[in-house]
Amino acid sequence: MKITSYRRDPAKEFSFTPENAIKAKAFIARYPEGRQASAVISLLYLAQAQNGGWVSPAAVEHVAEVLDMAPIRVHEVSTFYTMFNLKPAGKHLIQVCRTTPCWLRGAAELTRACQEKLGVGFKEVTGDGEFSIMEVECLGACANAPMVQINDDYYEDLTPERLCEIIDDLRAGKEVPIGPQSGRTCSAPEGGPATLKDVPDPAGKGA
Amino acid sequence: MPKLTIDGQEIVVENGMTVLQACEQAGVEIPRFCYHERLSVAGNCRMCLVEMERSPKPVASCAMPAGEGMVIRTDTPLVKKARKGVMEFLLINHPLDCPICDQGGECDLQDQAMAYGFDRSRFEENKRAVKEKYMGPLIKTIMTRCIHCTRCVRFATEIAGVEEIGALGRGEHLEISTLEHAVNSELSGNLVDVCPVGALTSRPYAFTARPWELRKTYSVDVLDAVGANIRVDTRGREVMRVLPRLHEDVNEDWLADKSRYACDGLSRQRLDRPYLRRGGKLQEASWDEAFGATRARLDGLSGDKIAALAGDQCDAESMLALKDLMAGLKSPNLDCRQDGAKLDPSQRAGYLFNTGIAGIEEADAILLVATNPRWEAPLINARIRKRFLLGGLKVGAIGVPKDLSYPVAQLGTGPQDLAELAAGKGDFAKILSAAERPMIVLGMAGLTRADGAAVLALARQVAEKFKMVREGWNGFNVLHTAAARVAGLDLGFVPGPGGRDTVGILDGAAKGDIEVLYLLGADEIDMSRLGDKAFVIYQGHHGDAGAHRADVILPGAAYTEKNGTYTNTEGRVQLGRLAAFPPGEAREDWTILRALSEVTGTPLPYDNLGELRQRLVAVNPVFAALDTRTPAAWGAFGAAGKGDAAPFGETVGNYYMTDPISRSSETMAKCSAELGLGPQAQATGTHG
Repeated sequence: MKITSYRRDPAKEFSFTPENAIKAKAFIARYPEGRQASAVISLLYLAQAQNGGWVSPAAVEHVAEVLDMAPIRVHEVSTFYTMFNLKPAGKHLIQVCRTTPCWLRGAAELTRACQEKLGVGFKEVTGDGEFSIMEVECLGACANAPMVQINDDYYEDLTPERLCEIIDDLRAGKEVPIGPQSGRTCSAPEGGPATLKDVPDPAGKGA
Repeated sequence: MPKLTIDGQEIVVENGMTVLQACEQAGVEIPRFCYHERLSVAGNCRMCLVEMERSPKPVASCAMPAGEGMVIRTDTPLVKKARKGVMEFLLINHPLDCPICDQGGECDLQDQAMAYGFDRSRFEENKRAVKEKYMGPLIKTIMTRCIHCTRCVRFATEIAGVEEIGALGRGEHLEISTLEHAVNSELSGNLVDVCPVGALTSRPYAFTARPWELRKTYSVDVLDAVGANIRVDTRGREVMRVLPRLHEDVNEDWLADKSRYACDGLSRQRLDRPYLRRGGKLQEASWDEAFGATRARLDGLSGDKIAALAGDQCDAESMLALKDLMAGLKSPNLDCRQDGAKLDPSQRAGYLFNTGIAGIEEADAILLVATNPRWEAPLINARIRKRFLLGGLKVGAIGVPKDLSYPVAQLGTGPQDLAELAAGKGDFAKILSAAERPMIVLGMAGLTRADGAAVLALARQVAEKFKMVREGWNGFNVLHTAAARVAGLDLGFVPGPGGRDTVGILDGAAKGDIEVLYLLGADEIDMSRLGDKAFVIYQGHHGDAGAHRADVILPGAAYTEKNGTYTNTEGRVQLGRLAAFPPGEAREDWTILRALSEVTGTPLPYDNLGELRQRLVAVNPVFAALDTRTPAAWGAFGAAGKGDAAPFGETVGNYYMTDPISRSSETMAKCSAELGLGPQAQATGTHG
């Protein structure tokens, strides 16, 4: 049973920081006068970033107020899109892709490894507030499967061991290279090119 | 005017109609769930699929505009298969709990599954379950039954004007929800009606009756002055529920919550036998004893020491009978304006909602004076909102600022602001002068004041200044809150020559000038002002304020228990009908007065309702034209004056408790505790 709960904690207030308020104004200015509600997704995303990775009821109400919308209308949007977290998330939100290519290449093992490492299930936050894990559908990096997205960055060509190292490094505050973890460049073939190795003959003789 | 062919039948329809409406016009039934004629088109249930020539697949007829030369078929195997398929999908997650569902027997899904559905399900997975949502004391939710037609979302947003219901999540996880609080609207009961399944049902009515065991009586509502058409469902003697009945010019399909849910008050606090005050205590008595005591007190009393007040829910017949009885007793002291409203009974146009309720849709500028239509007449407020949604409407208000569910320009708070407007000052004056169909709505809060006559005159000045009364349009409107008021004024239940009005009667009673006071269902007066000298006869149906002060109680019938004539605020004469008999020894009100007239030696000249109604028509011919608004000629009314500086107050402090029936209702008590002050809450400390 899915529960779309909306528990407003009166003690928790939310409003945009001055910088974000300026950004919000810029988002709203992209739309014609009176169509400010069109900026709802951008503003929710902004609010999520400011609120530590999740959209709280207070944030929903603040966005509604800024856009002159009914709170329920904003909440409809925030529940529709999976990229809005309606529960608190860790400082590093690990989104494990589980769609077919990643799954074939071992996404299930990645999930198990990081769940065991962190000791939390999906959409739960570790005790120190550092990490949470989420299962997501295709993130569009199938050529580098399996992969995870941590906050805004992709970590590709993963093995369970490498993912655990990344988690350790992130926890230690170390810099972790983004992109493929296997040493290859982007989605170039592993171990160098396998086709089109011959330099084409400019005169076209060898054809 | 496109011409199209539906099932081989050629039909011409109006521009802008949809294929579904064209099919209805052609007499072809199209099943539907999400489509509702008074709501915007959503097109998401897919039940109304029809086959259209030259279309590769079936089309949703509710969302397809009727076009010239379309050839529509609704009886082909393709259509039947489409309906079966849609029905099967709708039932995938719908629990088959009809035997324990309150909608059973009057459920669109049940009926259409029988008519168009498949006879078995091929779905073998688990059905989803959805948590109940809280929507307040009036609406019970069983959200697992929801088929996501979104009618409730559209009703709340469009008609009620409270954006509090939404569709959260998506796909399999879609849920209709509020933000976990009650739906704060006076029209929320209609959500139960628009819901085509048993997801939203009536909480007070839950598990009490099945539709097929109820006797249905078409009647008229009296809990406000709109005169909404209702259907009273009774089982035995008990009113189980009240539902709206279609009347395009009055309530459309809707009904306000108080009118719908106060019916449990009809079986509480009832006066079911006569009472007599003996030694300071009210004691049960027989009719003979009650009449005897009344006669003993009236014997030899001169007419000017007798007075009568009629309450807010009286039928015209009983008021006329009381008026005739008072004439027999030679008393000029009678009034149907128990709140002391300074209405001029001689000018009918001065106390009617002249535009008519449907006429609101033609207005382009509305001035609200001393009124909160959202609480005084929710259905009229819904009409104004409907007009607002059509675009181009300007609304200005003078009085207590309120959220009326549409934008309102606040122009002031008291008579001086009205006077300024009458002098043509301010921006709204320009809007009113430019308007083609301007109207003013004057509330009771402006008229019940000491300077009410001056306010009435100011309102007339405004109406004349901005030419609100013109050819084919009378934009002067008085919004009553009492269902009996217009009929009372129409039949002249007002002080005769040299007679006292409400204030005079109350003062007279306190001083001892009035020795016998007859209260016909009048509970809204301040009983403490009566003093303890006067002999008070209370005839009514509830043990409310009037009965507590009374020396003799004559038990009468509530509006569902008698055949009566009511005139609503726009002057429309309508008949209420007997749905159940009054309890115990209570009797229909006019018969009590007829019997009493025999005792006092001034017998009334009618022996049955037919004769009484003939007398009613003889007194004022408007009562002959049922369900018609008889237009009234414009005249001069009100008394010139400046009006004092005090701001206008509020007529209705607590929407859910305004009369003896709603005050006796448990449901209304719950609403009042939870929603009573509602979104318009202004903590003034004076609310009931």
